[in-house]
Amino acid sequence: MSFIDTLLQGILLGGLYALFAAGLSLVFGIMRLVNLAHGDLIVLAAFLILLIVSTLGLDPFLAAVVAAPLMFGLGWLLQYYLLNRTLGKDILPPLLVTFGLSIVIQNGLLESFTADSRRISANAMETASVDFGGISAGVMPLVTFVSSVLVIVALNQLIYRTSLGRAFRATSDDVVTATLMGIRPNSIFAIATGTAMMIVTVAALYLGMRANFDPTAGPARLIYAFEAVIIGGLGSLWGTLAGGIILGVAQTVGAAINPEWQILAGHIAFLLVLLFRPRGLFPRAMD
Amino acid sequence: MTTGFNSIRTEIEQPQAWRVETRTRLSGAIAVVAIVAVAVLAAAPVFVSRGVVQDLFFILTMLTLAQNWNLLAGYAGLISVGQQLFVGCGAYALFGLVILGGLDPILAIPIAGLLAMLVAVPTAFFSFRLYGPYFAIGTWVIAEVGRLLFAQWKMLGGGTGTSLPREATKDMLGLSLLQDWFGMRASAAADALAYWLALALATLTIGLVYKLLRSKQGLGLAAVRDNENAARAIGVDARRLKTAIYLLTAFLTGVVGALIYLQKARISPDAAFSLTDWTAYVVFIVVIGGIGTIEGPILGVLVFFLLQNAFSNYGSWYLLALGALAIVIMLFAPRGLWGLISDRTGWELFPVRRLLKGGPPIKTDKGGPHG
Repeated sequence: MSFIDTLLQGILLGGLYALFAAGLSLVFGIMRLVNLAHGDLIVLAAFLILLIVSTLGLDPFLAAVVAAPLMFGLGWLLQYYLLNRTLGKDILPPLLVTFGLSIVIQNGLLESFTADSRRISANAMETASVDFGGISAGVMPLVTFVSSVLVIVALNQLIYRTSLGRAFRATSDDVVTATLMGIRPNSIFAIATGTAMMIVTVAALYLGMRANFDPTAGPARLIYAFEAVIIGGLGSLWGTLAGGIILGVAQTVGAAINPEWQILAGHIAFLLVLLFRPRGLFPRAMD
Repeated sequence: MTTGFNSIRTEIEQPQAWRVETRTRLSGAIAVVAIVAVAVLAAAPVFVSRGVVQDLFFILTMLTLAQNWNLLAGYAGLISVGQQLFVGCGAYALFGLVILGGLDPILAIPIAGLLAMLVAVPTAFFSFRLYGPYFAIGTWVIAEVGRLLFAQWKMLGGGTGTSLPREATKDMLGLSLLQDWFGMRASAAADALAYWLALALATLTIGLVYKLLRSKQGLGLAAVRDNENAARAIGVDARRLKTAIYLLTAFLTGVVGALIYLQKARISPDAAFSLTDWTAYVVFIVVIGGIGTIEGPILGVLVFFLLQNAFSNYGSWYLLALGALAIVIMLFAPRGLWGLISDRTGWELFPVRRLLKGGPPIKTDKGGPHG
């Protein structure tokens, strides 16, 4: 029974990792940009939610609703005025600029919020659990998992059913032709990063409510997000969810054997996938 | 347009007349300056205080790391943010060899480099499967795996780390010789020894990079950087070249790691595999100085050292400013400070461009090189 329990915890943890990864995946899919500051932006959003909760006294979920448009704006500005300048054939500038950004955000957070670890309080929900015929699952992990599924459904709807999504796909396929059709790639890219930052806000909400976080927690979130994307295969959001689940299960199984092996087990699962299926388990894109 | 035909004919008649050169008049002078500079630096421990020697040691080891990362990212296009893996492996190999193997620390340093290179073989196998930007995060993940694995090595202190026993470093190779020759105290002699090794290593690295870039392989590397498909089409084995460079930099980075931790004499997984210390700083040095040039990291490390001395008291504000500076430079002067200088002056201290020289003077009506 405890094995099934571990498995369930892992699957639910995978939902959180899929939330970390969805924004990264969206941005890479549309503009081939790997944002090394992605994890730090998640932590930044968590601090933003914390700030709203503590100053306005709002419920964390409401605070996230307030934070989401702010993060959209931040993402839009970041992409439009900074990252768009780095896009091009050379992969060096975007990587180095986002790497610099990651250091800037981390140290900015350290200065503003100190190195103390924080938590967004969710009151009763933190400890509540549901019983499924002998196996109990926390309400928080369940809500996280459902949210990640909803986010992926919504994102798929956006990409495949709306005109904005069509513009995303067109720009991703061929920037020059899309420009000829009246699309302005720079603003499409800015909207895409803004959207990714809204997903980041959702991820940050659950990151902050489920566990402690501090200004240096970003890089590890980036790594989990990246592993989920690669395990799932590039270009497929459902693949990313599957990747997150595999990572989550590997970590909880590792932790069940020896608590020190939790993170290591996740990395090893990632390396095994890279060894046997270098293009991921459910690849869709060609690059 | 008959000049082209004529020059071909003259070339056939006088095959000796043309020659490809990379040397310039400036680079000849710089070679002399460089030899003098190395000689002066080599004499430093006899004249200057221990604190200065330690500062110079720091500069030289960071310079070596920066030259390695520059070779990797600037010339081979392999943007790794996981070089701390090799620093950490080299350092842990040194501690393992000395503490568990009872080896002399000086002898252990090159072996530590080889072990780091050995680690790079499976690492290359995994990370080379990842395309472009994903390669960067892939190397980072593998460095994390290294850190977590070494934290499990209980004999070397696990997560909290361990110290190098004083007895092991007390009678290091050559230490008593220094004490006799220069009348140094044991601790000063150990610093001087580490410093000379760092100087030799930095000189060797710069020499090696320079020689590599001027060789046939260097030309192949430049071709791969400019257009990988075209380079492959004319027979450059891009993958093999990149793998060779990856392994070479792993070796040198491992040696530097061993040397740094021999001097620190205290190791922990978090410090030895630190992203900030061994990759972020190094990336900033190269970017600020000028990526893709040999002069860039030299200039960059000097700027970095001055900034570090002036502002490191500000803690995270300092790191924040360093990151912001790197972003600004990448956006507005992507070739760094050295790029700005060399654009204004046309200087190339370590020229690797091949220039066509000699041959008969071509009479042309226009001023351009192609008539």
